[in-house]
Amino acid sequence: MVDDPRLIWLRRMVEIRRFEEKVQELFMTGLVQGTTHLCQGQEAIAVGAVAAMGPDDVFTNTYRGHGQALARGMAPETAFAELMGRRSGSSHGVGGSMHLVDAAQGNLGSNAIVAAGLPIAVGAAMAFRLRGEPRVALTFFGDGATNIGTFHEALNLASVWQAPVVFIVENNLYGEYSPVRATTPIDDLARRADAYAMPGLVVDGQDVVAVNGIVADAVERARNGDGPTLIEAKTYRYRGHSRSDPGKYRPAGELDSWKARDPIDMLAAQLITEGLLDDPARTALEQSVQAEIDAAADRAADAPYAELEETVAYVYAG
Amino acid sequence: MSTPGNGQGNGLPAAVEVTYREAVNLALLDAMDEDPSVLLIGEDVGSDGGVFKTNMGLLERFGAGRVLNTPIAENAFTSAALGMALMGLRPIVEFMFADFLPTAADAIVNQLAKYRYMSGGQFAVPVTVRAVSGGTGRFGTQHSATGESWFMGQPGLKIAVAGTPAAAYELVRAAILDDNPVIVHEHKGMYGRKGPIVRGRVGRVGAAEVLRPGTDVTIVASLLMVGRALAAADELATNGVSAEVIDLRWVRPLDLPAIRTSVAKTGRLLVVEEQVHPGGWGASVISALARDGIALRAAPDAVSLRDDLLVPYSPPLEDAVIPTNDRIVGAALTLMRKIRA
Repeated sequence: MVDDPRLIWLRRMVEIRRFEEKVQELFMTGLVQGTTHLCQGQEAIAVGAVAAMGPDDVFTNTYRGHGQALARGMAPETAFAELMGRRSGSSHGVGGSMHLVDAAQGNLGSNAIVAAGLPIAVGAAMAFRLRGEPRVALTFFGDGATNIGTFHEALNLASVWQAPVVFIVENNLYGEYSPVRATTPIDDLARRADAYAMPGLVVDGQDVVAVNGIVADAVERARNGDGPTLIEAKTYRYRGHSRSDPGKYRPAGELDSWKARDPIDMLAAQLITEGLLDDPARTALEQSVQAEIDAAADRAADAPYAELEETVAYVYAG
Repeated sequence: MSTPGNGQGNGLPAAVEVTYREAVNLALLDAMDEDPSVLLIGEDVGSDGGVFKTNMGLLERFGAGRVLNTPIAENAFTSAALGMALMGLRPIVEFMFADFLPTAADAIVNQLAKYRYMSGGQFAVPVTVRAVSGGTGRFGTQHSATGESWFMGQPGLKIAVAGTPAAAYELVRAAILDDNPVIVHEHKGMYGRKGPIVRGRVGRVGAAEVLRPGTDVTIVASLLMVGRALAAADELATNGVSAEVIDLRWVRPLDLPAIRTSVAKTGRLLVVEEQVHPGGWGASVISALARDGIALRAAPDAVSLRDDLLVPYSPPLEDAVIPTNDRIVGAALTLMRKIRA
């Protein structure tokens, strides 16, 4: 029972959910400032895909990127400290919410420029191919990224170079405040893979097991030298685009219909059906994660800020 | 930075006379020979030595795994170079024309320049960007910019400008050895110019070079303007004016100490640049001296592209907009006549 990876995935998804909720709370108290882009509702993609990575694989992602960072093992305290601008943060407070990086974990960093992480992942993947290393790069991005030139340049480059990279688009139905169909003439973004002669696959982004399976297959393909894949995970963000967006443009009932397919509830129900979990155990798990998140945020809030002079060494190496 | 000294007395080979094009080629060859993590990427870099023939023999010597042709997609291949660098390679990215740099402005400004900083110093970004720059080639308005100052306001980048074959060799070598993103501007009007280089010599990052000592006026120039400043100095000498000519070599970081030392001696400063004056390195040099508050013998002056104009195609018009030897001589003589009360 303990060995079933789905139990670990459940805990990770709950951790991400509670982390994001805590970030909202910290905004209200002023401990987190600026902007932040939360991923409640999309946890299954981060957890399922990152679980398909090997220890030496890498990823790039976006400003809606807390989920992948935590899924890859960044300690919540480290992430909170970064969001609070403290020295103990992953980038010593220089990066903030949109730039969670951990080189040692193969987390090459989240990017605040739409689609900019894609070609970086292609380059990392190409480095692996050129050196004959059996490693793979993943890159996560949103539906809005599929309309910017960088997306098309990156897929084309990955295909002609046969780079071992997996492109994962999290289609949460809105690019900033605009519904996908207002900015994009197709519903299935995976179709765009056809133009670049790579597989384009659609997966239910609420189903962590399905996400894990399809990404694992694509990672395997890449590792075997069979080139890149585009995976579209259909999902929904429960919150607005960013901190300042209440999401009023969404039709009535849409949010509720997606919450009925909540990725955490879906996995928990599956585990309960299979006898691997029961309601008291789920409640205990939720309480335990909540306590950890609260304690992590408290410790981060007690940490000092860096001195400005320390950041001088981050501008240039050597 | 981690670059060794100038190589003098280090058992390096004697100087050889090569073209500026050959100097670039030899710098690439020597760097790739020395370090297997160095590779060259860009449009047609491996096709018949590249469009400007700077890469002759590299594909044959190092193979398609180290000389990689790319699609025409500057933004993606520049950011891909960043990804390669994060994984331990040292890519050299060739821009067939410096005018294409703005198509990769995101990759250069938001990615290359900021990536290390945003990571809190977790990454080094050893990426060299080679930009084929400048006018006089009748290439028209979108293929003739030097672009040398476009990114000078961006911390995280270094920018070199090669004004002689020796500088071309030494700066390309320095850029590749540096652990930071460095843009090296090569002037396409100079590829056929000959001069001495010393194989193995690596330029010191941020160091300008005094090419001709003088006592009356300091002329600071970059790229093609270096040769014109030297020619102007010859003519000034026949007029009894002793000009000191400095090859700028680095736009970021600027070698202000070298310029200050020279101007302290001459008391006069002329900057010569193949770009408009506003927003360029010449303006920054003059600004720095003004902030020093040192009394000069005459107010500093600049020779730059005429009248805030762009570079036209028409041969006589292109020749008229780019600073000439005569304009440099004239500006220097005017400086000599201005006597501060």
